[in-house]
Amino acid sequence: MAYLELNNVCKTYGQGIHSTEVLSDINLKIEEGEFVAIVGFTGSGKTTLVNLINGLLQPTSGEVLFKGSPVVDTSHERGVIFQNYSLLPWLSVSQNIAMAVKEAFPKESKKAIKERVAAYIEMVNLTPASNKRPKELSGGMRQRVAVARALAMNPEMIIMDEPLGALDALTRGNLQDEILKIWSKDQRTALLITNDVDEGIYMADRIIPLRPGPKATLGPEFKIDIERPRDKTALNDNPEYKKTRNAIIEYLMGIGEERKAVSQKTYELPDLSPKSFVA
Amino acid sequence: MKQSITATKVNDIKWAGVVKSLLSKLKVKTPKLEFKTVFKKFIIPIISILLFIGLWHMGAKALYNIEADYKIQKALTDQGQEAADAMEACILSGDISCQPNTLPSPDQVWDSFNTLIADHKKISADKLEFKEKTVAINEKRKAEGKDPITYTGRPSFVDQIFTSLETVFAGFLLALIIAVPIGIIIGLSETLRNSFNWLIQVFKPVSPVVWLLLVFMIVKTMTKDSNQDSAFIISFISVGLCSMWATLVNTAMGVSSVDKDYINVAKVLKLGPFQKVFKVILPSSLPLIFTGLRITLSVAWMVLIAIELLAQSPGLGSFVWEEFQNGANDSNSKIIVAMFIIGIIGFLLDRIMLVIQNMVSFNKNATA
Repeated sequence: MAYLELNNVCKTYGQGIHSTEVLSDINLKIEEGEFVAIVGFTGSGKTTLVNLINGLLQPTSGEVLFKGSPVVDTSHERGVIFQNYSLLPWLSVSQNIAMAVKEAFPKESKKAIKERVAAYIEMVNLTPASNKRPKELSGGMRQRVAVARALAMNPEMIIMDEPLGALDALTRGNLQDEILKIWSKDQRTALLITNDVDEGIYMADRIIPLRPGPKATLGPEFKIDIERPRDKTALNDNPEYKKTRNAIIEYLMGIGEERKAVSQKTYELPDLSPKSFVA
Repeated sequence: MKQSITATKVNDIKWAGVVKSLLSKLKVKTPKLEFKTVFKKFIIPIISILLFIGLWHMGAKALYNIEADYKIQKALTDQGQEAADAMEACILSGDISCQPNTLPSPDQVWDSFNTLIADHKKISADKLEFKEKTVAINEKRKAEGKDPITYTGRPSFVDQIFTSLETVFAGFLLALIIAVPIGIIIGLSETLRNSFNWLIQVFKPVSPVVWLLLVFMIVKTMTKDSNQDSAFIISFISVGLCSMWATLVNTAMGVSSVDKDYINVAKVLKLGPFQKVFKVILPSSLPLIFTGLRITLSVAWMVLIAIELLAQSPGLGSFVWEEFQNGANDSNSKIIVAMFIIGIIGFLLDRIMLVIQNMVSFNKNATA
């Protein structure tokens, strides 16, 4: 029995003729201690998939099994790192983490909670900023707070929904290493959702592409047989890396072409600019 | 000798350095006041105030002339040339008995302001004197178990202001106590929101006067037995009922529109319903709640005057009404003084709320 199991999972939003099937026929098995990455285009239903696994959403049909029992609600066993950090802006870094710790360990003494919070802030190198509000932090720092918050609850499985999507390349690299370091320390099961193939190859044991929605479904998996710890610069010359990378990109590009061929419509894009998180 | 010279030199250099660093620090502390910003921030507002007073003065003068001409004309048609001449002379002499009754000019208003202040000083002196006089008697009465004698003279203008402030704060607190909890409850449940929405929409636009009458109907019956003054109770309850709607609507909206990310966080952390409300929903809707409270306070202050005027409750409203009924030659200018005082206090109340709002909410960008 797998650690996490998704059997024929479908998710439909809306009802009747207005319904859209976002995910269809998802089958996924993750073993304990594994690091799995799901790579997909934006808008392919990745966040829906994450919410099904962490228990925020229920599948329309099919089942999500965690350690053999169906997922009906969120649980402290599955820590979530959200795409947009989701820190509470009126709490400081340590308060944000303390809130999670208090919930996960309601019986611990105040002192133990304080120590735990301090330890996890230390782990993500934010001790000098522990009394700052999220607004005063950079994107990378905020994401590290979110990582610390998820890990401080000591989850058995950690689910990351494009955790590094909004960061610049350098910060991204650093945080990838930090997450890997933490993961390798006690080999928690990890699920990473990303749109970056390189990130997936660098971090995961297995990569599974998500074919774009509507009716998104998982593609064939790619095993990454590169020994850990992986070296980012050496990776570029690794033939295994090159082969896997090309295979995945070809697969994804193939879907992209397919999608283009299906739809001839051109859409007029609205005049929007992304919201600034720094201001 | 030489050594001492070098020593002083060194000292000089040291001092020069200290002075220099001090100067540079001062420079940092006092940013250069550029002419442009001074012009924008100080000179233009001052010019606009002067312009306002000038226009007011000219307008008042024109109205005064129209009224004076009419008076003379009336005397001429009613009583003939002689009476008209007498009236003209009377008006020119500035005699109080025949002054035209119209919009007062700025200097008249300023005079009235000073009169009111002098009046207040006199009354408070009287009060003090009364207190000193009655100390002994009151102690005696207290020993005998009787109520102490209190000052029952006419309240001064400043006393009226404080009475009004008391009423408005009582009303505001009432609105806060009613509207915030109900707003939270309504905001949390969509069913409740839908079922109460019509009630809010129907009662929101009801005029302060109608609220006053409604409260009057109820309070009059309820306070029938007690001999206490029900005017204050009626007016503060009416103020609260009129002004609470903005807070109610804003609280419900704030609570119902909490960012979905925060709700997801609450779910993932598995917060209990109580904690979810107090640790996630309330803090995140504080900015909107405070916007509502600010509107409530300004509405409360605005309707207060009308309500005091009708409820015969002491305060600025009844001051204005009494002066209007009084019809003394300086009544009009006293009304204008009250108008400015009301406006300035309303402005200050709003600023105070803004400061509190900025203190408690994480959203530091709240502006007027």
